[in-house]
Order: sequence, then structure tokens, then C-alpha cells
Amino acid sequence: MGPTLEKVNVGARSFLWKGVVMSIAIFGSLESGLIYAIMALGVYLTFRILDFPDLTVDGSFVTGAAVCAILIVNGFHPIIATVVAMLAGFVAGLFTGLLHTKGNINPLLSGILMMIALYSINLRIMGRSNVPLLSEETLFTKLSTQFASFDQTLKSMFSFSPRTWTVILSMLLLVIVLKWLLDSFLKTEVGLALRAVGDNVEMIQSFSANTDGLKMIGLGLSNALVALSGALIAQYNGFSDIGMGIGMIIIGLASVIIGEAVVGNKTIIRATLAVIIGAILYRLIVAFALRFNFFETGDLKLITACIVILSLIVPRFLDRKRERKKKLERRKEVLAKKRGEEIA
Amino acid sequence: MKKLLELNGIYKVFNEGSVDEKIALNQVDLSVNNGDFITVIGSNGAGKSTLLNIIAGKLIPDDGEVWIDGKNMTTMPEYKRARFIGRVFQNPLAGTAPTLTIEENLAIAYGRVHPRKLIKGVSNKRREMFKEQLSMLGLGLENRLGAKVGLLSGGERQALSLLMATFTKPKVLLLDEHTAALDPARAEVILRLTKQFIEEYQLTTIMITHNMQQAIDLGNRLIMMNRGSIIFQAKEKEKSELTIPQLMEEFAKINGTVSDRTLLG
Repeated sequence: MGPTLEKVNVGARSFLWKGVVMSIAIFGSLESGLIYAIMALGVYLTFRILDFPDLTVDGSFVTGAAVCAILIVNGFHPIIATVVAMLAGFVAGLFTGLLHTKGNINPLLSGILMMIALYSINLRIMGRSNVPLLSEETLFTKLSTQFASFDQTLKSMFSFSPRTWTVILSMLLLVIVLKWLLDSFLKTEVGLALRAVGDNVEMIQSFSANTDGLKMIGLGLSNALVALSGALIAQYNGFSDIGMGIGMIIIGLASVIIGEAVVGNKTIIRATLAVIIGAILYRLIVAFALRFNFFETGDLKLITACIVILSLIVPRFLDRKRERKKKLERRKEVLAKKRGEEIA
Repeated sequence: MKKLLELNGIYKVFNEGSVDEKIALNQVDLSVNNGDFITVIGSNGAGKSTLLNIIAGKLIPDDGEVWIDGKNMTTMPEYKRARFIGRVFQNPLAGTAPTLTIEENLAIAYGRVHPRKLIKGVSNKRREMFKEQLSMLGLGLENRLGAKVGLLSGGERQALSLLMATFTKPKVLLLDEHTAALDPARAEVILRLTKQFIEEYQLTTIMITHNMQQAIDLGNRLIMMNRGSIIFQAKEKEKSELTIPQLMEEFAKINGTVSDRTLLG
């Protein structure tokens, strides 16, 4: 870590201890929420657009982190390391797609197989189960050094600030750009065909689309996003670990479902926004839950599972209720119409 | 006249070697001229849908060849062949993507004729064109371009499917009982539109129907199928003089009995 950043950090901390302790949790959740949002966008692409619950995510997240960490440790520029990590994720997704389309293996199983295979591959990439990055130059240390004075100006302007504004703002910018790219892609001819694959496979085949190819592209892109998120988390936390991907798919699903429940998913633009907000909300919920003394850090996965279960069941229950009400109303309408006709 | 579509000795068997073995198509030959409009009748399980699936590439024949527009397409995958073939299915929900909007569905249909690219699916120029096409349906869909297709009624969806299958002028149009799942009024509308599009775009068409009167009234050729074979054919003048009793007679000659479903037609 550069000397400038350390100074910045110390300054920020002393300020924060004096002020609002809660803001650490809020800004921390916001930062990691934004980075995990990239992973959640990937999950959205497979889970919602392709209708393919892709468990590769647990593995490809670590692949991204591992590739990035090992390249940084070996002296590569963090940007190059991050981009290569993304490509590695893309390839992992392609393989899942190959298993499913050419090998005719069911979606869940293809994902699980790839996830297990990636565990060994990730260990091979890292050479051990944990690669620390604390003494290395990462994307975040580089950015913080670059924009140190800008950071100071912002800090003097607000009464409470995050560790560094640079991380939060750069990640916000990145997420916005990625969201825009994804939204635009899903409106192209290829993107529309991809959406139709998850919607009505028979139909899109009859309109001359290579569904196998589209599924592989979708899985590749999705896992590239997931790996990018993994690479950034490794740099953010200062290490890459073989276990960091466990339950990642569930966190992704939680983000998608929470976001959709809060923001809605009427249009693509809205749905991707929902996913991002969902990812941040998930971090906030977890941070809030962990503030209760009753919970331990180890309970995190259980809390996540409960969040997902609730957010899967409750909307469906509400939907059914709404549907029943709607049907009754329609029935009344039809009956009224009939009566009207009889009179006429 | 140039042959547009040719089937030579098509043979297809399902569940071969098991008790459920069923020869769906048995040495079927069919040659279709450019501009032909063929109606296909026959009882359930006669092999009508299998025939269309073989032409579309959804099924690959066990034996025989499929030639379309002078090319041997027997084993060409469905999605490649789909560039030349428009299809409308019996299920009104089958031909459209429900979570996409009307204009996005049309963009997908429009993308059929060339390789899909990373360009906007619905450009302003295309939107105008889609609007014009939709107005031909006379259902007011041109004012609901941004509505999700899942919100449309079965009849509206089938009309949209029909438009999507035809407006890129495919070489062959395959209709698989595409009015059977609709109420009589909607079926009438779809049938009128079908006639209109086939005439307007001069499409070579094969249409399966269970309605004998429809089979007689529409098109210039009629074929009757039974147990995987074409058992009766009528062309032009001969066809225009056909009556339902005549058809029933033909059917009884081969079968001995007539299925209820055919009688009801």
C-alpha cells in the first residue's frame, strides 16, 4: 500500500471514530455492494435472461480473483491482471455452455460440474489456497494515489466520509458503465435473440438463431462479469482465497430477487438497476444483521439462505393473492356483460 | 416450372424396435412448385406434422432427401434452414416471445434473413416499417409497439406470429393447424390474414388443417395423408371440383373407418 493512502486512511479513520460509527458500515456496504453488483449482473444474465441457473459462478468468481492475484504478485499491471481475469471467467462460462449444449447435460449439473472442476483449477492457478495482496499495488491503491488530492477535497466537504472516496466513486462509475453496456447489448439483434432463448426457445430457433451459440455467449459474458467482480474483490480485500466463492450464486440470486422486489423489472433498464440496488441492499441487510450480538460471522450463509428463501416465497404468495383477486374481478365483469347482453 | 421444394423417399420411424414403434412417414415423395399453396388433411397420427417438421429441420429423416430451392438440406440444422422457412404453430403462444415487446418480437423476425449483428434491434427506421406492417393486421397493434407480447390475447398473438413468419418473404411458409386453437371468430380473422399475406408476398405454402371445407376452399393443391403416406392428391381444376363427401369416400377407401375428428371438420 502506498504511503499516501496510509495517510489518507489514518486521517479518515480518526475522523470517523469521532463521528458516526455507522457510516463505516454504510460506506463499507456501499463499496462492496457495488463490486458484488457486477457479479449480480452476471447472475441476472443467466438466471433471468437465459433462464439458466448457472452454478459455475461459485467457481468462476474465485477464478477471477485467483488469476488477478497471481498476475499482480508476478508484477503485471493491475489493469492487465483484471482484464485477463475477466477473460478467464469468459472461458469458464463457455465450458459450462459446451457441457450443456454439446454434451446435453442439464443446466444445473453442467454448472455444478464446472464449479467442482474450477476448484482444482483455481488451486493450480494460485499454487496455494491463499494469495495475499496487501503489499502489492492494486487497482485501488493506484487509483487512491492518483486521486489523493481529489479525495482530500471531497473529505473536507462532507461531514462523514468513507475510507476513500476514490474507491466508491470509481466503482460507481464502473458499475454504471457496465450497466449501460449490458442494457445496450440486450437491445441489439444478438441481445434480443439471447433474451428470446430464455423466453421461448422453439420460437427463436424457428427464426434462425443458433441457440447453442447464444447460450454459450450468454454464459461466457455472465461469468466474465462474475470473474471481474472476483478480481476486484480480491484487490479490495487484499487477498485471494480458495473459499471466497462459496455461496456466491446464492448472494447473486439474493441481489437479483431483492432488487426486483424493491425496484421492479418491467424493462431491462429497470431490471439491471434493480440488480445493482439489490446487491447493495443485500450488503446493508447483512451488515445490519451482524450488528446483533446474537449473530456470528459464521451465520452469514444461513442469513443469506433465509433472505433468499423469504424473497422467493413471499412475492409468489403475494402474486397468487393478486391473481385471484384479478380473476374474480374479471369473472364479475364477464357475468355483468352477459347479463347486459341478455337484457338487450 | 422450377421445383421449389422436393421430398424424395422420406422415411421416419419413432421408437424403432420397441413396442411403441411407429412409422411416421413411409417413403413420402412430394414436389412443390414455386407459388403452390397446398392444404394437407388426414387423421391424427397420419404424419402431417412430422412432414412439416422434416421440412423445417426439426426432425432429420432416417432416409430420403429434402431439397429446398435447389439445395440439399436434408441434414442442415433447423436454425440455418429457418432463414428460408416461415412457420406458424397451432399453439398461439409458440410463435412469439412473451416478455419481449411487440416491436422487439418483430425485430427478431426481421433478423431471420441475415446474420444477427451488434446493431440496434429496433431502430427508428425499422420501427416505422414495423408500424406499417402491423397496421395491415387491422388489430390496432401498431399503437402498442412497446407492449409486452405476453399481454396480448391468443388471437392477437397468432396474428402477430403470422406477420412475423411472413413479412420477411420466406421461400416456404409452413402452417400447422394455426387456427385450430382459436375461437371461430378469431380463426376467421387469422384465415383472412393468411390468405392476404400469401397473396401479397406470393408465398409457397403448405398448410395442415382439420377442416375439410377449408382444405377444399384454400390453395391450388390438396393432399390427404394416412399412416405415414400420401394417399390422395388433387390439383388445380380437379381440386376446385372436390366436395367433402368425395373426400370422405377417398378416405374410407383406404381406411375403412373415418376418425371422429376428421368427421367433425
